[in-house]
Amino acid sequence: MSANRSLKPSFVRGGDLVTLVALGHRQCNPYTAVNEDWMGRVANVEPRLKALMLRGLDGERAAYGEMLRILTPFLRAHFRRRLGGDGAEAEDLVQETLLAIHLKRDTYERAQPVTPWIYGVARYKLLDYFRRSGARRTIPIEEAGALFASETADEGAVRRDVMTLLARLPGRQAQLLRDVKLAGFSMEEAAERAGVSTTAAKVSVHRSMRRLMREVGDEDG
Amino acid sequence: MKTAELIEALAASGTPVPARPVMRQLVLSALVGGAAAAVIVVFGLGLRPLDAAVQSRMFWMKAGYTLILAAAGWLVSGRLARPGGVAGWAPALAAAGVLAMAVMGAMDLAHTSPTDLSREWLGESWRLCPWYILGLAVPVYLALAVVMRRTAPTRLRTAGAAAGLFSGGVAGAIYGLHCPESAAAFVATWYTLGIATSVALGWLAGPRLLRW
Repeated sequence: MSANRSLKPSFVRGGDLVTLVALGHRQCNPYTAVNEDWMGRVANVEPRLKALMLRGLDGERAAYGEMLRILTPFLRAHFRRRLGGDGAEAEDLVQETLLAIHLKRDTYERAQPVTPWIYGVARYKLLDYFRRSGARRTIPIEEAGALFASETADEGAVRRDVMTLLARLPGRQAQLLRDVKLAGFSMEEAAERAGVSTTAAKVSVHRSMRRLMREVGDEDG
Repeated sequence: MKTAELIEALAASGTPVPARPVMRQLVLSALVGGAAAAVIVVFGLGLRPLDAAVQSRMFWMKAGYTLILAAAGWLVSGRLARPGGVAGWAPALAAAGVLAMAVMGAMDLAHTSPTDLSREWLGESWRLCPWYILGLAVPVYLALAVVMRRTAPTRLRTAGAAAGLFSGGVAGAIYGLHCPESAAAFVATWYTLGIATSVALGWLAGPRLLRW
């Protein structure tokens, strides 16, 4: 696939996910001689991540969080390099990937190295993003009117659309999302209003956003 | 939400997780889909007289051939159901099975007199056989898709093709309970064609049905 090909050259540039995976496989890296200090920090990333992942799978939350924190800069560099822009889209992808890693962590096989597994998830999320944005680029010509109409729509129509979307979510999820994203409450205040923990509120809001984005995306495609 | 907040939230919900037994779940779902296909064969197409069939070498040959292809599809599906999975050596198993069956069929045809050639190769049912196998593969494929969506295939087309091979092989084995044909050349051509079509459809349907 073409996206796959575009991932390859950055292997030698270092500092991103492809290198991370390559190091996980203990392949030779041309950077060894050039940047030994950098290598010294990154070379042991597979054993470190794997140890943390295994402890996380056993329910050790601190280790699990530590793994996600180590991982995040790699993901960010990886996506930013491929998407450019102001990094907002890359950051969305970072979050989506972290969430997918969390939700699908039961598919990680403990005997296998963990970096190829993580890379598999990140690659899937990137391709999924390309697929979504590609679909948006190929909207048929007769829908162009609808596209521009939405930009000039009066506020009432937009509000109606948002409310229609919110109505698709279960009650508490919709309330949390409305409070945080529309009414301007902080996450803590919204959580208190809904009677849930802040953590649960964060996850709920993130899931709601993902679900609505997906549903809106489906309609576009 | 800031990424750091998300990480805290995820870490906080990092409860212990047992590994998902993907290979076993795939077998179970193939059994469910296969049961649906078997119902279609028993009540729709009708069983062939099995007490005579089980005495024939070709009955078991057909079962063995289709189940080897199913096993190859199962192994690849299981590997590709996880992020970062690679197909491994199992496609070679499928290729070896197809090749062996083709050689057997060709040898049989070489020993057949020219007048009997088309009867040996086309049998009575060559027009229908690939379509029946493809149709019976559909419920198996759908059952596999249910499992594979819950895992995390990251190469959707390849994973879809693997599920197509698995379901096509299972469908072929079940269709053997109905199909009265007994020539190696017939199986090598028309069974293979039905299963190959199942692989192709699985490849096409992967991005749609296996997305998560």
